[in-house]
Amino acid sequence: MDISILVNLTYIAASILFIVGLKMLGSPDTARQGNLLSASGMLLAVVITLLDQNIIDYKFIAGALLAGSIVGYFAATKVQMTSMPEMVAIFNGFGGIASLLVGSAEYVVSSLDNPALMGAIYLTVLIGGLTFTGSLIAYGKLSEVISGKPFLYKGQQFVNGLLLLAILLVGVNMIFVQGMISPNETLILLISLAFVLGILFVIPIGGADMPVVIALLNSFSGLAACAAGFVITNNVLIVAGALVGASGLILTNIMCKAMNRSLANVLFSGFGAVSDSNSEGSEEQGEVSPISALDAYLILEAASSVLIVPGYGMAVAQAQHAVRELGELLEANGAEVKYAIHPVAGRMPGHMNVLLAEANVSYDVLVEPEDVNPIMETVDVCMVIGANDVVNPDAKENEDSPIYGMPIIEVDNSKTVFVLKRSMASGFAGIQNPLFFKSNTRMLFGDAKESVSTLVSEFKG
Amino acid sequence: MESQIILLIFILVLSIFLGVELITKVPSTLHTPLMSGANAISGITLVGAVLSSGSSEIITIILGTSAVFFASINVVGGYLVTNRMLGMFKKK
Repeated sequence: MDISILVNLTYIAASILFIVGLKMLGSPDTARQGNLLSASGMLLAVVITLLDQNIIDYKFIAGALLAGSIVGYFAATKVQMTSMPEMVAIFNGFGGIASLLVGSAEYVVSSLDNPALMGAIYLTVLIGGLTFTGSLIAYGKLSEVISGKPFLYKGQQFVNGLLLLAILLVGVNMIFVQGMISPNETLILLISLAFVLGILFVIPIGGADMPVVIALLNSFSGLAACAAGFVITNNVLIVAGALVGASGLILTNIMCKAMNRSLANVLFSGFGAVSDSNSEGSEEQGEVSPISALDAYLILEAASSVLIVPGYGMAVAQAQHAVRELGELLEANGAEVKYAIHPVAGRMPGHMNVLLAEANVSYDVLVEPEDVNPIMETVDVCMVIGANDVVNPDAKENEDSPIYGMPIIEVDNSKTVFVLKRSMASGFAGIQNPLFFKSNTRMLFGDAKESVSTLVSEFKG
Repeated sequence: MESQIILLIFILVLSIFLGVELITKVPSTLHTPLMSGANAISGITLVGAVLSSGSSEIITIILGTSAVFFASINVVGGYLVTNRMLGMFKKK
């Protein structure tokens, strides 16, 4: 049998494994097997590719595969779950640069008079390049190597417009005209422009909007692989790339809906920078009522339903294990305990769920805002731990607020709200929260982990 | 060439629709593993990288080998970290 038929049949099998694997990722019971299936599809695709008769020398492939695998292994096993968003961001970037390199490698050896091929290479290099630098900036913002604040300057639109025009002209030159500048210059110019585009695309976006950006870059890394599939006319790259592209776009859309904003608004508005002036207007909030851990314990002890609302602050304080312990003690005390998770809590879609899973919280007690909001009046105590913007009543009540219209967890409708907070500093979005001043709100100041641990020892004592 | 391109576009369009159908059903609890798992799949560009790395032109070998390195970080790291995360999801 012709080897190329065998190779292509194997690519079909690999595609099936990716599809079934993704389908199985849809339920917590089967997700782990699904991931294994998807990984075996990848192994199959790579191994069969090694049989390709055009491969002359294996030593470079083997060396790079080994080196990459070692780096990947250590990154995956050492990373803290709180740092998952950075990790996914940087991996997106690696996928992007790999596609860019594949596109470039094809460009330098192929004949230039094939517009379809040139178009595919153009898209691969462009998307791969902007995914790479965009992901590096997202990584920097998430790990706070660079400021999470949106970076805005005068004439931004104009600069972006010029950049897009230049990218378009390079494309026209590369695909249709040729010869305006030499092929090597064209490639280097295109790569540089793509890199600059990636930087300028992510730098104006604030830290709070990073979940959207990671989801979008995730989609781009898939689309880059997909475009590379057109370059080397390979079906499995197209199928796998398109699946990832679609997945990233859906997650982007879910994130935007959870913040009640359009994608264009997230990408171009520089949230936070504009809202600073608004927050000054909402003064005269009144006094906050602090509560001691002992008094909080007495209220919790009498509660029959408790809703825990965790945010990224809980993860920063590493309080999730103490929170889980408190939850178990409350349950033993006869209370019903649920965890309400907002889609944009944490720094990437589903981040909070992973952090709680790590702390051994069963996934069937995690609920979404639309499940708890209708029954909020029946909840005795809401414990807001390290969350801020996702429980901000301004989203419902204050039309001037930059987060007005965003779906929130309506903890202010419950009987009592405890807010665990280090100080009165504002949230990630940098806006005031009137929840703290409501009559049914009690502030439990201090480090979240310490406060929760004190409550735990009260229950035990 | 033209008919081949059309066929590839056909595959692309069907795959996108399939992807949308598959992913819409994933609950929000699993969005992070979904993302890192999908991220690992995007490392499929490794297949193209291997082909470039094994060529005879010195420049393609350099570009291809670097691509193999980056893509294999993406693939190996992506799958392992997804597996690690999913191992934490338990039900009482």
